Amino acid sequence: MPNSTAEKVRPVQKDRPGSKVNSLQDEIDRLTERFGTERKALIPILQEIKKRHHIISGYAMQCVADRLSISPAEVYGVVSFYSFLHEEYQGRIVIRLCRTISCDMAGKDAIARQIQNDLGIKFGETTPDGKFSLEWANCVGMCDQGPAIIVNEQVFTHVTPEKVQEIITACVKMYERTPDLFKKGNHNEHKK
Amino acid sequence: MNIRNEVTFASIRPKDGLTAALGKDRDVVVEEVLRSGLKGRGGAGFPTGVKWKLAAEAKAEEKYIICNADEGEPGTFKDRVILAEWADLVFEGMTIAGYAIGAKSGIIYLRGEYGYLRQALEDKLALRRTEGLLGDDVMGKKGFSFDIHIHMGCGAYVCGEESALIESLEGKRGESRNRPPFPVSEGLFGCPTVVNNVETLAWVAAIFALGPDWFKHVGTEKSSGYKLLSISGDVAHPGVYEFPMGTKISAILKAAGAERPKAAVVGGASGILVPAKDFKRAICFEDVSTGGSIIVLSEDRDFLDILENFQEFFADESCGQCTICRLGNVKLLEGIRLLKEGRCTTKHLQELCTLGSSMRAASKCGLGQASPNMFLSILQHFKGEVLGRPQADDHFVNKRKAS
Amino acid sequence: MSKEKQKTDAKMVDIVIDDKKISVPFGTMLLDAARQNGFEIPTLCYHEDLSRAGGCRMCIVEIEGQRALTASCAYPITAPINVQTTSRRVREARKTTLELLLSEHCGDCYSCVRNGNCELQTLAKEHGITQLPYGHPTEKSRVTETLSPSIVRDMDKCVDCGRCVRTCKELQGIGVFEAVERGFKKEITTFQDKPMAEVGCINCGQCVNRCPTAALTERDSIEEIWAAINDPNKHVVIQTAPAPRAAIGEEFGLDPGQAMTWQLNTALRKCGFDKVFDTNFTADLTIIEEGTELIQRLYKNLVQKDASAPLPQFTSCCPGWVKFIEHVHPEMLDHLSSAKSPQQMFGAIIKTWYAQLNDIDPENIVSVSLMPCTAKKFECNRPELRDSGLKDVDYVLTTRECAKMIRESGLHLPSLPPSDFDDPFGTATGSGVIFGNTGGVMEAALRSVLEFVTGLKVEDIFANANILPVRGMEGCRFAEIKVPDEVGPVPELIAHLVPNWDWLKGQTVRVGIAHGTKNARKILDDVAAGGFFSTCHFIEVMACPGGCIGGGGQPIPTSPAIRQARTDAIYKEDMAYGAKSVRKSHENPAVARIYKEFLTEGPCSHKSHELLHTSYWPRGKFIGSW
Ligand SMILES: Cc1cc2nc3c(=O)[nH]c(=O)nc-3n(C[C@H](O)[C@H](O)[C@H](O)COP(=O)(O)O)c2cc1C
Ligand code: SF4
Ligand code: FES
Repeated sequence: MPNSTAEKVRPVQKDRPGSKVNSLQDEIDRLTERFGTERKALIPILQEIKKRHHIISGYAMQCVADRLSISPAEVYGVVSFYSFLHEEYQGRIVIRLCRTISCDMAGKDAIARQIQNDLGIKFGETTPDGKFSLEWANCVGMCDQGPAIIVNEQVFTHVTPEKVQEIITACVKMYERTPDLFKKGNHNEHKK
Repeated sequence: MNIRNEVTFASIRPKDGLTAALGKDRDVVVEEVLRSGLKGRGGAGFPTGVKWKLAAEAKAEEKYIICNADEGEPGTFKDRVILAEWADLVFEGMTIAGYAIGAKSGIIYLRGEYGYLRQALEDKLALRRTEGLLGDDVMGKKGFSFDIHIHMGCGAYVCGEESALIESLEGKRGESRNRPPFPVSEGLFGCPTVVNNVETLAWVAAIFALGPDWFKHVGTEKSSGYKLLSISGDVAHPGVYEFPMGTKISAILKAAGAERPKAAVVGGASGILVPAKDFKRAICFEDVSTGGSIIVLSEDRDFLDILENFQEFFADESCGQCTICRLGNVKLLEGIRLLKEGRCTTKHLQELCTLGSSMRAASKCGLGQASPNMFLSILQHFKGEVLGRPQADDHFVNKRKAS
Repeated sequence: MSKEKQKTDAKMVDIVIDDKKISVPFGTMLLDAARQNGFEIPTLCYHEDLSRAGGCRMCIVEIEGQRALTASCAYPITAPINVQTTSRRVREARKTTLELLLSEHCGDCYSCVRNGNCELQTLAKEHGITQLPYGHPTEKSRVTETLSPSIVRDMDKCVDCGRCVRTCKELQGIGVFEAVERGFKKEITTFQDKPMAEVGCINCGQCVNRCPTAALTERDSIEEIWAAINDPNKHVVIQTAPAPRAAIGEEFGLDPGQAMTWQLNTALRKCGFDKVFDTNFTADLTIIEEGTELIQRLYKNLVQKDASAPLPQFTSCCPGWVKFIEHVHPEMLDHLSSAKSPQQMFGAIIKTWYAQLNDIDPENIVSVSLMPCTAKKFECNRPELRDSGLKDVDYVLTTRECAKMIRESGLHLPSLPPSDFDDPFGTATGSGVIFGNTGGVMEAALRSVLEFVTGLKVEDIFANANILPVRGMEGCRFAEIKVPDEVGPVPELIAHLVPNWDWLKGQTVRVGIAHGTKNARKILDDVAAGGFFSTCHFIEVMACPGGCIGGGGQPIPTSPAIRQARTDAIYKEDMAYGAKSVRKSHENPAVARIYKEFLTEGPCSHKSHELLHTSYWPRGKFIGSW
């Protein structure tokens, strides 16, 4: 839960919602052109925002609510319902370890401990450099090949503790090849 | 892809089913699905023909076909294999369904965790459009237009429940609806909607390719055809298997190379626990019905660990709209932890059983209704194993350790 | 209901409930059918005013042939069924549900505002809950949120029924609350769990009226008021509005619809208030000021072609509505009448004219108002409403709080002798009374404006001066009132504003009325888009369904029937003024006196603008620190 005190920082004038000079607003306008302004467009729009910015900030939620003529609380209700939407910043690389039964029986606990050690973060956290987030997943449909990890949209199966570092290195390499992923979206813009 | 035995789908030639179906009248198509005896492969086992018939009879401008590819049931992965290997059969099944009920659009609700399958599916859909298998006048059939779109899920198990899935498609929280009205009369955007499992739709294509009678003659009286099973856990060869309906669990476990099995979890977290003494029971709607998941537990496994894992799953994945499912799952989880710590009284265990049967009776959707299944089944068969566990500060244990 | 269903409505279906055969129209909800036939089925998330969620699972029943139990509140009867409402499974499941709710519910009944009027408490009693197998928290896990001037939110008492969510969304069209997260983390809260004061809440309190427990309650001012009463240096006055008087009897066990106006005066004096005034006085004053403003706007727009003060003019006496438009259509604020609400006019006058007349230091006056409304608590704290130099109104008491004070004093309101209001504002009119329900402000304004313009008696235009076209309970209403071809002279009171009435001869005055902000939004959007309602001259909006009689500070529960009974009581009181004194604002002798002695330049003059008019804030809909 976010804490319930008011956001203290007053944003600079140009980012005031409602003024047209705001890049996130323009982006959401383009998304509504693509998906429409009906309620059914909500989840696809949120998925796009998440994909590009790795966060669905309160500010973004309000802009979307405004365009779709629903209350911000409704958008928040949706964002908080689904595991893959997130109101807090997540790393460019999201590592999801399956914790459900078959992977559990195949030894997910050891993997969990090793990933935490190698990334230096706990489940539900993001590395300070913003590269990695570590999450639990419920059954990812790889029960015959567990333990399984999903990294963004790639699956790794039959993971063993000694393979963990290998996977992390592979991810970093892959994303260094597509540096765009690290550039797109300036997450500070959303961190007010 | 871990396909372990011969699967009928592999032998079906693309377009056969669709060609055959489009050559028939709509009501004949529905009639043949009815005759085949096909029942839903997603878990509930509702007769597919009946569902289609209701939707076909509903009068509306728009109708929808939804392919439920949200496969979230722990231990189930056969839909992933079907989508990866035989997606065209699923598309054909959807197209046939669209033809039968008079729908113009189909939606695949693909779970977020299967994002890596999406591109290949989109490519195949694009190809089908260029081949005239989708779009206006499908296969030259005047007046029949049908297209398929993919909608990505966002990681919520309950969205596999059909009415929650529809809510999710409408851009809402995945909370299941009150029924009636059922989706076949008022589903997506209030229009008649058929929701079918991936495997169900693939079988539709196979049935039209090979004929309804072929399907009817396989299986048992009330469960026609074959079933794909996802087998995992303590087995030598986990993977996807095809068996005729009515196959005994023992035969299935043998094929998969089960290792000293004590019990099998059939139907995933929502399913039931079949102890070894009942392995002669058969997989079919009359006996042990399942959406396709079998998880084998060897003698070394502790039931309470398994239960705790399942219960954590439900406590997290319940949509939370009904009291009894939202809080009941938490209380069951707390109860299981008490059992694990050896601190649960027999009285409290009794209360938890009442809780379980109330959850089964009073929850709004299948998630809540099925969530206490495993707890109740384990208590039914293995009560002795879960009571009287050593406590952390147990002086019996400590004394033994010290000596 | 879909068209198809309506067509088959006439069809009857035979069903059996607990072995009793009954016949109900096709599509009737099972719960309604059962209750109409005398079967008791408990509910929690169900509320007559709202859609059926079917989530709490209290109303479950057993339908023969169905594996699981069914929520009767959301089950439409479309085929013959055999229903059991009291089977073992049903009983056990209901009890389990309650035990589960109580395992999360932190609160001591005896120190709770809703003690004796709590649905959870009642259900627990009715279901024989004597043990709590899943525990009962004794320590709060969430901080009670008290940042709003109107509403207090205690999440430890929330039972997740979602009625507030549906109230805010379906009735008010705002959506402050939503269910967030899922599974065991699910809870009902605001956008990002922010305080209600920050998320565009208009403080109407409709959620409070529909909350089954004390999770949502009004911000209580009783302690401060007792302290003022106990302080010998303070002169404590109270004004009472008509809507609470029509409803407060319910708090003392009376059936809805019995006004307690005169008994209340006695009770409040016994509680220790020094003076008891009738808000109707300033309601009449509001009519004069607002009506004059309307005439000015009409003249400017129709004759002088000056659109600086645009039409339609919106009423401004409802603080929930005012905050709503500030959030939702801030660009339309210049449509709002600048006249203050009756409560705030009274506040300003008490600490000026009344203080002068009685030679009391305004610093020592504590001005309290009894209102049906939680938004009034917000209103009296608005920084711009301090025209007397002090806070014009110090405290607002809701009907519920007032009843609590009376009970604390050991009084039984209905058995008290009646007594009159205090002077110099004692005399009121029927027009002031009807401010309490939807359409009332409009009717009151029309009564006066029509007499101003025609020089006739309204009674000669509308039988008994009852302007029926503006009455009713539909959410958005429209009426046309034709000005006769004969007009009269301009009355002296406003002679400085218009030369004559020739320009209004034979004109049609078009008026609109909305209650519930969901309906208000429809009208606003329509006006903004230049639609039908933009052709209106005057539009009355009340934030609460039914108007003030359905206000957020009124006795709980509320339902369409209860609101109708209160409305009937209000119109009865209006008619009673006909026998006794006057029913039109401009005939109120106290109003005439104030324009003669204090606001000598007349309505909408400099001085009246200083004291009786106000301005608004363009708040916008974005949440955060701007
Ligand atoms: C909690 C819950 C989860 C479900 N998940 C799935 C699922 O992942 N895939 C699926 O096909 N059906 C799932 N179902 C069943 C669907 O509600 C529905 O019955 C099914 O999609 C109908 O298709 P069928 O008749 O072809 O089986 C689920 C049901 C419940 C109650
Ligand atoms: S049973 Fe559980 S998942 Fe289903 S509607 Fe109720 S709370 Fe949601
Ligand atoms: S009253 Fe029917 S489910 Fe709550």
